[in-house]
Amino acid sequence: MFKDLKKWFATGEPWVWLNAAAVGASIVMVVGLLLLITVRGMGHFWPHDIEELQYQWQGEQVRLLGEIHDEELVGTQRIIESGIPLETEQDEVTRYLFKIGNRDFFGVDFRSVVEPLIVSRSKPEDAMAVERTDYGNFYGYLRDVKENGTVVASGDDAWGALQDRIDRANRLRDEIRSIEKGAIGEINYAMEKLRLKKRRLELEGEDTPENLAKIESERAELDARYAKLQSRLNELYGEIGRDSFTAEIQDGRVATVPLSKVLHAYRPNSFGLIDKVGFYLSKIWEFVSGEPREANTEGGIFPAIFGTVMMVLVMAVLVTPLGVVAAVYLREYAKQGTIVRMIRIAVNNLAGVPSIVYGVFGLGFFVYFLGGNIDQLFYPEALPAPTFGTPGMIWASLTLALLTLPVVIVSTEEGLARIPRSIREGSLALGATKAETLWRTILPMASPAMMTGLILAVARAAGEVAPLMLVGVVKLAPSLAVDGNFPFLHLDRKFMHLGFHIYDVGFQSPNVEAARPLVYATALLLVIIIIALNLFAIAIRNRLRERYRALEN
Amino acid sequence: MDTTSSKMGSVIPDPNAPAAVRRRRIRGIKDVFARHAIAVGGISVIIAVVLIAFYLLYVVFPMFMPASMKPQEGYAVPGAGKTMLLAMEEQAEVGVRVGSEGEVVFFEVANGSIRDRVALPIPEGVHIVSVGEGVAGSGVVALGLSDGTALVLQHRYKVTYPNNERLITPRIEYPLGDDPIVMDADGIALDRIAIVNQEDGSIGLAVETLDGRLLFARFRLEESLLGDVEITADQAELPTLPTTVSFVALSLDLHWVYAADEAGTLYMISVSDIDNVHLADSKAVRRGDERITAMRMLMGGISLLIGTSDGRIEQWFPLRDDNNRYSMAFVREFQEHDSPIRLIELEAQRKGFLAIDEAGDLGIFHTTAHRTVLMKEGAVPAGAEAMGLGPRSDTLLVANSDGQMKVWDVHNEHPDVSFGSLWREVWYESYPEPDYIWQSSAANQDFEPKFSLSPLAFGTLKAAFYAMIVAMPLAIMGAIFTAYFMQPKMRQYVKPTIEIMEALPTVILGFLAGLWLAPFLEEHLPGVFTLLIAMPLGVILFAYLWYRLPKPVKNRVPDGWQAALVIPVIIFIGWASFAISAPVEAWFFGGDMRHWLTDVAGIDYDQRNSIVVGFAMGFAVIPTIFSITEDAIFGVPKHLTFGSLALGATPWQTLTRVVIPSASPGIFSGVMIGLGRAVGETMIVLMATGNTAIMDMNIFEGMRTLSANIAVEMPESEVGSTHYRTLFLAALVLFLFTFVLNTLAELIRQRLRKKYASL
Repeated sequence: MFKDLKKWFATGEPWVWLNAAAVGASIVMVVGLLLLITVRGMGHFWPHDIEELQYQWQGEQVRLLGEIHDEELVGTQRIIESGIPLETEQDEVTRYLFKIGNRDFFGVDFRSVVEPLIVSRSKPEDAMAVERTDYGNFYGYLRDVKENGTVVASGDDAWGALQDRIDRANRLRDEIRSIEKGAIGEINYAMEKLRLKKRRLELEGEDTPENLAKIESERAELDARYAKLQSRLNELYGEIGRDSFTAEIQDGRVATVPLSKVLHAYRPNSFGLIDKVGFYLSKIWEFVSGEPREANTEGGIFPAIFGTVMMVLVMAVLVTPLGVVAAVYLREYAKQGTIVRMIRIAVNNLAGVPSIVYGVFGLGFFVYFLGGNIDQLFYPEALPAPTFGTPGMIWASLTLALLTLPVVIVSTEEGLARIPRSIREGSLALGATKAETLWRTILPMASPAMMTGLILAVARAAGEVAPLMLVGVVKLAPSLAVDGNFPFLHLDRKFMHLGFHIYDVGFQSPNVEAARPLVYATALLLVIIIIALNLFAIAIRNRLRERYRALEN
Repeated sequence: MDTTSSKMGSVIPDPNAPAAVRRRRIRGIKDVFARHAIAVGGISVIIAVVLIAFYLLYVVFPMFMPASMKPQEGYAVPGAGKTMLLAMEEQAEVGVRVGSEGEVVFFEVANGSIRDRVALPIPEGVHIVSVGEGVAGSGVVALGLSDGTALVLQHRYKVTYPNNERLITPRIEYPLGDDPIVMDADGIALDRIAIVNQEDGSIGLAVETLDGRLLFARFRLEESLLGDVEITADQAELPTLPTTVSFVALSLDLHWVYAADEAGTLYMISVSDIDNVHLADSKAVRRGDERITAMRMLMGGISLLIGTSDGRIEQWFPLRDDNNRYSMAFVREFQEHDSPIRLIELEAQRKGFLAIDEAGDLGIFHTTAHRTVLMKEGAVPAGAEAMGLGPRSDTLLVANSDGQMKVWDVHNEHPDVSFGSLWREVWYESYPEPDYIWQSSAANQDFEPKFSLSPLAFGTLKAAFYAMIVAMPLAIMGAIFTAYFMQPKMRQYVKPTIEIMEALPTVILGFLAGLWLAPFLEEHLPGVFTLLIAMPLGVILFAYLWYRLPKPVKNRVPDGWQAALVIPVIIFIGWASFAISAPVEAWFFGGDMRHWLTDVAGIDYDQRNSIVVGFAMGFAVIPTIFSITEDAIFGVPKHLTFGSLALGATPWQTLTRVVIPSASPGIFSGVMIGLGRAVGETMIVLMATGNTAIMDMNIFEGMRTLSANIAVEMPESEVGSTHYRTLFLAALVLFLFTFVLNTLAELIRQRLRKKYASL
């Protein structure tokens, strides 16, 4: 046996197995990670049942109402050390993270609950979860629905009445939002323009009375429009504040919640499968298309998606021509020699330079130097408030364009190198000039390679966060880079970004526990985008290879 | 012949027709134009990319430039008598001079014309003997008078903008009232005076009388309910010292009076308890027959600067030993002057100072950086009476005994950084010993910034080290198997799967590491170590069992599928390791390994520690190393391996003796590029570590890396400040480090490719 083992070791077989294990472990890690993100990210939107627990706490039995958010096995010793007396034989007990919501009443959203202290659990059909604009979720049992403080429905009718009135409140809220963001935002923008115009006239010494009067009259007109909108808004605010409901919360108190703060109310325990799926899909849609609420810990991430896509698009527009021109020069025009070889190595290596270095460069050169000078020259009226001399989307795109330039150059060059000599020579032999050969033959043939480079660049840029933190990303952008105000595209604005959203909500948010599922969902979205882009690039590359294999033969 | 050519002529247009010639010319021009346009475009793109390094250098460069001084036109000293004090307001537009006859003159710094004169409330026949300045930039001044009294005044400036133009109106205030304070009841002249004014308005005075006695007074300002300011005073005579002292200074916290005699002894007297003033320490300053010629507190009121007759300037500050006793510690010295130091002037916002010696040489120094920023010989005629530096350290005034005022524009932007202060240990104020510290900002104004890149560079390498420990074995061994043993069909799926890891945004890895892995590891710490031991053993055990299996079973799975076979084993071992974590913890570590580590083993534990970073960043680096290594091994020409196998070597022998040696440069370059990636990675370390700048290899503690430091501090740093430029320097260091690593790797790889091509 021992001899056999020794012989076996001598063949080197065990080492082969260890190597195999290394691959296996890597794959387990990748797949495990993707699964982890998927499960946590997808699971968040599924409607959780509301549980009612009778819980032994400090010698008393208390009622808890909420969702089980997370569970884990913890050593008994640890729990005893954290000050919870436990009498159990087990080494480990289950600890739940129980979401009790109602932050406005209890101060916290979560409490941890240990299995042995739970006396009983049930899932009452009429337990209600309410999503609100402030203070997170509300859990309770519906009692009455009120209009201007008087009860209009209670008991079994209450639920239907509540849903109708929530729909009404949501319609009103949409209208308020559209006025505030749309019309009033437009007026504010115009006002700011006027202020800058006036300042500019002053700076240029053309602040003649007639010019000023013109500005004043425009301003008066805006003021009048504003006053009208304001009165309409006040009216709407009055309307939306009309209804409220009362509900019993876990400690038996009866709480009154105004419907102006309610987004939806649902009873997950009474959901059938179809209800659940419907709810799930609508939550996903809300996540993808909605605006963030409560310091980004609730609601959707649409502005972050928009910011990421927009920034990447602008970057792509910048990086493609630059990268292609550089690659064409290096491969087709430059005299191949030591210098070009060195440049090629240098360009290659720039892809390995840490992204934060590009961020530092972008901040110093683009933002402070270029942007500062642009402000001096073109926007003196806004100074000392910077227009372009502050981090913004254009600088972020430029910085990332620089960062991804090597990717595009290398990929395009590879594509150019792959084109057989015979094709160039054939074109030249037919009398085409070099430029014509390039434009008509070589570039079209190399275009899939350029596409590959561009897609890889986009994939890299979409996932890059560190440089953006210096050159333009913010946790909450007041307005998108595209809106209805002339010139419609505002590249000087700051923007939100999926990757930064993950960092910010996961690490800077005051309520990390509540935000965590949302971060997983955001991470999942980002991973899907990036993996899809990469697979796309790989597919294009493979097709390209096939095509040239045919040509070469 | 003729017929054919004419026939051809009818089909093909005449190449020499004017239209054809023109067309050709246009095409030619287009071609030339395209060539030039592409050349210009291509070259400028490449230049723009290379510009990055130069721009970083351009920003960093001014930090290491010496200071410069531009002399302006001088003028006669305004006012009468000997110049006791020169100072300026913030903008260095209005200057103030205190003359020995008791007159304060405000004047234009540019041309010396007098703005305002104020006669001080000094009795007839009494003149000013000594002068002391309070906290730099506050304008508080104490005057020691010839009748044993002291007058405390403050020069203040009101800035208004009538007609959009700046107007500075100077005035004199008396914080302790305009009656001189009786310091010495015997009425002996106050030969030296030192003053400290604290933020709450409290003022301390230390004086030395002409007959060598030391007196101390402390004034507390209290505002009563009615808004009246009430001043309470405590006075004390300090113990008689062994020698007659001639210099006196006061610490900002009013705990210490420092006194020194000319012969070179420095005394430290505790005055924190006014009823128990006592000598705490005395130290010899001089070397040989040196004398002390000047003494002042550095900005911040902690360090003492002592100038000697040999032209040395020493820095001292008090230190507490283990027994809670204080003593003076010699910190550093500047030996640039050749003649005795005559005057020392402080910078108001930095730990820098200027010195003039008897020969008229002027030096600008910085204590923390231990740097001589400028040494100008013969800058002033011998016999300077007083010098004043603007609060922004941009204008310098020197009044001479011959009645001439000299004015300079000083350009001294970054005295506070030197090679030594960035990379070597520095003895910071109030620290027990020299240390490597990064602490760029604090709430208080007189804070000493600590710009040591060493702990950050150390943190960077530490993070990279642990990441490489995780990544290297997995990536290299994995690559070996994939390239050499794996079935092509499986390889086709495995390679892209691992390579797609490379595209995973690091922010996601960092987030998982910080919020999922770190708490998980903390709970299952024994599991990690179990895993590390159990994994290889378990795999080998499984392999042996497989080997012992009867042939028919074994043959069902062809060679090259081991990796697939082993996956369930890995999952099982991983699960089992963490499943037995709690029992192991209960058994060996009393139920809580974290407590055990800190209490029993005495090892500090952070939740976000190097293990977490190692795993997360290792994960990020694996695909880089894997991909390059795999290519290198796969690229080894097949006839080499076939030859070896044909000679009877086992596959494993072929691998270790033939394949790996010839692919080793490729593996090495993969490791290099992986290391470069680990060094520059920002988001993972930012999220998975505590970001504390410590120099400690402890695996259970975190670190702060250069890149994370930039990400954290860059947005808040003021453009053009030393902090800003230091962060650029950090970026430059990262740039150069990764660039060199990558270039090296690339060159090795190219050579390898050539070698394979020739085989």
